[in-house]
Formats: sequence, C-alpha cells, structure tokens
Amino acid sequence: MEVAVIRSGMMTTVQDLGRKGHLSQGVPWGGAADSFAMRVANMLVGNPEDAAGLEVTLTGPELEFAEAAWIAVCGARFEGIPSWRPIRVEAGARVSFGKREQGCRACLAVAGGFDVPVVLGGKGTFLAGSFGGFEGRQLRDGDILRTIGASRELSGHWSLDERVLPRYSREPVIRVMPGTHAADFGESLYSGRFAVTARSNRMGTRLDGAKLIRPEAADLVSSAVAPGTIQVPPDGNPIVLMADAQTLGGYPRVAHVASVDMPLLAQLAPGDGVRFERTSVREAHAMAHASEHALALLHQGIAEKVRPA
Amino acid sequence: MKLEPLGDSAAVATLGSGIDEGTMAAVLEFTQTVLGAAKPGIIDVVPAYATVTVFYDPLHFPSGSADSFDAVSRFLQSCSSRPTNAPFHSDSRITELPVYYGGDHGPDMAVVAEHCGMSAEDVAALHASGDYLVYAIGFTPGFPYLGGLPKALQTPRRDTPRARVPAGSVGIGGVQTGVYSVESPGGWQIIGRTPVRLFRPLERQAALLRPGDKVRFRPISKAEFESWK
Repeated sequence: MEVAVIRSGMMTTVQDLGRKGHLSQGVPWGGAADSFAMRVANMLVGNPEDAAGLEVTLTGPELEFAEAAWIAVCGARFEGIPSWRPIRVEAGARVSFGKREQGCRACLAVAGGFDVPVVLGGKGTFLAGSFGGFEGRQLRDGDILRTIGASRELSGHWSLDERVLPRYSREPVIRVMPGTHAADFGESLYSGRFAVTARSNRMGTRLDGAKLIRPEAADLVSSAVAPGTIQVPPDGNPIVLMADAQTLGGYPRVAHVASVDMPLLAQLAPGDGVRFERTSVREAHAMAHASEHALALLHQGIAEKVRPA
Repeated sequence: MKLEPLGDSAAVATLGSGIDEGTMAAVLEFTQTVLGAAKPGIIDVVPAYATVTVFYDPLHFPSGSADSFDAVSRFLQSCSSRPTNAPFHSDSRITELPVYYGGDHGPDMAVVAEHCGMSAEDVAALHASGDYLVYAIGFTPGFPYLGGLPKALQTPRRDTPRARVPAGSVGIGGVQTGVYSVESPGGWQIIGRTPVRLFRPLERQAALLRPGDKVRFRPISKAEFESWK
C-alpha cells in the first residue's frame, strides 16, 4: 500500500528500534528516540515491536493513505490525532497532524509496517551516515512510502490504561548514575533545573543551566559513549547523548541516564526543563525489568484485541 | 584491568592510560578474547585507545540478587585471565590509501605547509612516509582515529570548523590525522582526498578499516584521482 507525504513536517524519519552490533564500526544504535512509544505504537496495530514506523518531530506531517489501514500514534500529542490507541484510516483519507499539544516526538505505526530495506540490521534512518530508512534522509513533501500489506481485526471498544505510560512531563526528574568523572563536578548536576536548548537533536539533548566546570581540565583519551551518557564540553553546558550520538567521546562524563528514563528526555522540546537525581546501576536494572514486565502485560492485553485478519 | 559501569547497559575495561601501541595491543587482544567467548547478552564490543567497552542487554540477565553488571564483570575478569594463542599483531592488515594531496581537495595544504615551514610537496611526502595505526573507529561511521603523525606535521585545528567536509578528505587535527569517512562537519586542516570509500553501509563489513589495522598513504596525481571515479 502507498502512503503519500503531502506535508513532511519539520523532521519526519523512518525509525525502528535500532541496529545493534556495529558500534565498533562507528555506527550508533539509532532507532526511535522514544523507543517505548514506538514499541507500543507497533503493538497497537498488531506489528512486531521492531517494525518500521515514522518518528515525527515538533511539527507533524500530513499523509494520504491509498488504501484503508490501521495506524497508531504514540508519544507526543498533536491536535486532531488520538494518541495511544488504534485509528482506522479509510482509503484515500488524509491524516493531518495539527498543533503540537504535548511532547516533542510522536511515533506513527501502520499495520504491517513501512517497507524499507534493512541496512546493517536495521530499518531506521541514520541521518549523519545518510543511510537506512527512506533513502537515508528525512521525508520530503511528495515522497511516496510503501507499507507491507497487513489487515487486522480489532475487537470491542477499549483504550490503553495511561498509568502504564512513562511519567511524561515538560519538567521531568531524570534518574542518572554517576559517571567516571562525576567527582570532578561536585553537586552541580543535581543543584537545579537545566533548560533544553533549540540546538538539541537526535544526536544530543543540549542543556543550559548551572555551568559544570572541571577544576583540572586534562585531556582525555576517547572511549565509547552510549545513548544516555551526559558529556560536559569545555563550555560547561552538559549534553545528553541520544539515539544517533557518535560512538566515541573525549569529553568528561558526569553521569548516565537510566535507560527507562530515555523516553522522558526524547519528549522534551526546546524551553522544557529537567532536573536530575541519583540512582544506582542496580536500581536502574530493576527499573528496566519492571518496565519490561509492564510492557509484556500490555502486549498480552493488546494481542487479545488486535489480530491478523 | 579496571572495570566500571557506563550507565546501565555497558561495562568499561580500562587497560592503560595513554595513547601507545603497547596498550592498543592489549586492547585488541582483550577484544578478540571477549568476542571469541561469545557470551549471550553481550551486544557490542568497542575497542578504543586504552579501553574496551562491552555493551550488554540488562534484560538478558535475570533480575534479583545477582546484578547483570556483576555478571558481565565476572565474565570480563575471566576473559582477562584467559591466555590467548594468537597475538593480534600477527594478522594486522596494512591498507594503502591513495591520496591526491593539495589542489582543490586539499584546501588547507598551504596553511599546514606554512605552519610546518616546508613546501606542500614535502608535507605530502612526509605524511605518506610512514605507517599509521588505527586506534579506534568512530566520530562518524568508519572514521579512523590514526596514530603516528610525524611531529613536524602537527598543526592546530581550524579556528572555525567547516559545516561540510567531503567524504575522503584527509585531515590533520593537532597530533592526530584521519580520513573523513562520510560527509560531515569538521575542524581539521584538510590536506588532500582519497577516492577510496571508507564506509560502505551496504557491505557486510561496512567500515573499510578496523582498530589495529595499519594505514599507509600513497600520493597520486590529479589524473589518477579522477580515474578512480
């Protein structure tokens, strides 16, 4: 089935849950910045969780569906688009994202998933490498996407219990584990609010607040970094590395965001703010297991209501 | 060997402190051992200069009393005490990269030549005179961090980075030299360009170079550069 991009929106890319196993070649994991939203969007239309969907940023697109389809939009909320539930789109209908109401990035899944080639084990767009997704780039007006045909049968009236969602907020408290150079920065990361700046993107969420200055600024030898690593360049403004971040870093690492809180960061728009509080690796693992357990229950519940037709 | 967590999904093994071939040899040997042991739950193994970072899936390890970082640490400890039969340097590869130095594709050649007090020809000859060791791949996909730049060629980075440096550009940034693997922003002084592609996403081994490889540059003429296309 064809989906025509009438308006592409500010930055819409094809994403999945990322490509693993190529970090040593300098290829980041990538995938949807809010992987929770992408997973649930796919569940809601009966897809495998790692099917290719769209990641919409700040300004949404307008899409025209050649045939009837089930879609789901999760994550950021936009006027005119119901969130966190399956939506029936009729043949020839347009799905038009209105004004952004909450969050930064929405994940749109379509039953069957978007049909794009697998590159290095993933279907997501890696912009800095110009590969993956739709022609290795963000969508433009006039593009025609293809989906893998799949019909679904949905039973009854139901919606998602929103208590299972991450604690999305414009001012979240993000849980972090201290990094290698945490001691050099004292309490400055935990002392107040940091604003998200407009220079943030899929590579990094750039923050502005208390300056994090290291007393002795010795050069570091570069080593691997990960999504969630909080690096501190010489200007003292911390950067939280996101899905498309480079794989090696040479700046001091003050802390690392717990994996379960990455969706909260992915939904911050310029002007929103964060505070940080400490957790431990052990607690972060326990939270990851708890979140996965909740998702498994959700998956089970949805699977009873969304079936292949 | 020092082990510490990198967030909740990776463990860093530190095997030295500086940039030297001995530490790099230990890093590569340890990387081979970890990859060879192929423990389930290990996703990525990233060698770089003095560290080997091992990415794992915390959900692969049961929750409860024994933490997954502890399990991965124990695995890495066992790898470090395991003797390896094949030292890495026995199979280290030498890759020759043809480079058209100067001209349109080396816009900073004059700056580097002046800084180093030599002619452009001498800069090219000296840059192509030795072997370079790949210490890590990163920054962009397939980008090699090379060690072995002659002291006489060390030149500070540009004050203002370029917004777009074409793929294949050969640069000098302080004590380092390297080749831009894909088009990207960059602040290094660009002295030439290779027609060889260092990153090919559609191939199984997408990055042409691997940590531990040796790189040798061979000066080529503009005509030879053009004929590569």
